[in-house]
Amino acid sequence: MATETSSESAGTTAVVAKANEQIGGAYRALEAFSAKRVRNLGILLAVVVAFSVYAIAQDGGRIYLQRVFDSLNNGFVYGAVAIALVLIYKATGVINFAQGEMAMFGTFLMIDLHDYRGFPVWLAILGAMVISGAGAAAIERTLIRPFDPSNHLSITIVTLSIFFIINGLVPVLYGIDPEAVPTPFPGAKDDFFNFLGVRIRYENLGIWITVGLAVLLISLLLKRTKIGLAFRSVSSNLESSRLVGISTGRTLQFGWALAAAVGTLAACLVARFNQPIDFNFMGKVLIFSFAAATLGGLDSVLGAVIAGLMVGVAETMLGGYVELIGSELALLVALAIIVVVLVVRPSGLFGSKKVERV
Amino acid sequence: MTERVLEVSGLEAGYGQIKVLRGIDLHVDTGEAVVVLGANGAGKTTTLRAICQMIATKGSVKVRGKEMIGRSTPDVVRAGVAHVPQGRGTFPDLSVEDNLEAGAFVRKDKAGVRQDRDLWFSVFPRLAERRSQLAGSLSGGEQQMLAVARAMMSRPELLLLDEPSLGLAPIIVQDLFRRFGEINKEQGVTMLVVEQNANLAFGLADRAYVLEAGQIALSGSAAELREDDAVRKAYLGY
Repeated sequence: MATETSSESAGTTAVVAKANEQIGGAYRALEAFSAKRVRNLGILLAVVVAFSVYAIAQDGGRIYLQRVFDSLNNGFVYGAVAIALVLIYKATGVINFAQGEMAMFGTFLMIDLHDYRGFPVWLAILGAMVISGAGAAAIERTLIRPFDPSNHLSITIVTLSIFFIINGLVPVLYGIDPEAVPTPFPGAKDDFFNFLGVRIRYENLGIWITVGLAVLLISLLLKRTKIGLAFRSVSSNLESSRLVGISTGRTLQFGWALAAAVGTLAACLVARFNQPIDFNFMGKVLIFSFAAATLGGLDSVLGAVIAGLMVGVAETMLGGYVELIGSELALLVALAIIVVVLVVRPSGLFGSKKVERV
Repeated sequence: MTERVLEVSGLEAGYGQIKVLRGIDLHVDTGEAVVVLGANGAGKTTTLRAICQMIATKGSVKVRGKEMIGRSTPDVVRAGVAHVPQGRGTFPDLSVEDNLEAGAFVRKDKAGVRQDRDLWFSVFPRLAERRSQLAGSLSGGEQQMLAVARAMMSRPELLLLDEPSLGLAPIIVQDLFRRFGEINKEQGVTMLVVEQNANLAFGLADRAYVLEAGQIALSGSAAELREDDAVRKAYLGY
């Protein structure tokens, strides 16, 4: 660079030198940042390895593996609920605090359709997903759209009120007695197979595959279809979306419906492991899903799933090996994850930092 | 007489209590490039926003004879108006390609959309090089190109440009305005451009309006206004 500018006037050279210095400074900062990132990942990896060594030494490799596989269940479900949170966050910039309760309502609908109206479990789940989607679309139209979309605080408070409304409505409709939950998968005591010396239940495998398929479908829907393009446009720039002729209200409504359907699917699958369930069963799941959504960065669908799995594994492993935590203090793990992510890396593992050139 | 693409009369608009536009009359005919000049705060941006029904308005805005007051912004877009807002108005989190795809949202002809996309990639090769890059990572000039190409993807009858020169290097602005001239003269796209840079604007426009405090203060052909003393002093600086 210096030789190129040597023929020019001294003033220009000084300017170029200063610019070079600034570029150099920015580059060094970038280098330091990525070095720090490598270091952070290294620390994380070291902690995980050290914990695994300790865990295997304590109870043996088989139990360690068994716990890892068992934790995937919760992990996938947290991931799916986190997707629902992410969809609404992307579209509106708001965390939907009612997401868990909407999914809980969906689960009771599923039980209703199956137990009292004679639908097979799969159809009951699908029906509950459709009804929750329609219900969420109605909620968006009547309770969310009247508010200025840039007023996040008022919309957040509306979602909180929806939380309480549904939490109060379900016991009125379905009573407070705990309900048994049907499963669409073979769920008898001996429905499992052995893999690497680990018992894998068909029921669990079914959940992994179902959530995996759901994630794939949602990604395709967002990437490949016109409504998906509209959704991504609205998430990116509301005003420009109107200027290309997208009706933003209907697009947001679609986002709410999709999120509610995914949430209901996840809740129907996880309910089985918390049965008999009452109307508060999604509270704990929602907190873990918050942790997953935060860890995943709040704006990435795939990030939400991966973070969900990480949170699920952390919950089970810490609860299983650290006596102090056990199952009682597992919620603390989720809250700790939220706090640490917000302090260390607010954009999460997969979130895009809002960097814009203007 | 050529056909009116846009006819605005008695247009009033504002934000809350503050009235910005106080009865504007202007029109744009088929194939014309018309510029609206005005100082900061004169109501240039508000005029374009009012035409697109992005704010509450009174009066009359007719696109090809159809009244737009009371309709939604997407309705105005479907009537054939494309608006490139100030500050580019691209989708920063979408790829360049998806931005163009979104620009054609109101169109149903998939093959035609693909054709147009390739056309705009050939007009702006820089965009073609960056087709899978996120729009938010483009430079200011590239974003402005993308915003224009995005707007053109809807095959508009009328293109509204809101201060396209804002915040760009002079050499890039000159190149952009040369492109606008080509789009107007060669492709026959009717344009309404809002600008502060009168020199550039007169180079592009057939006719001009001067906006002052929410009202049209002067209007005439670009050649006439260029010679007008008041305009010269206020906007050309000599």
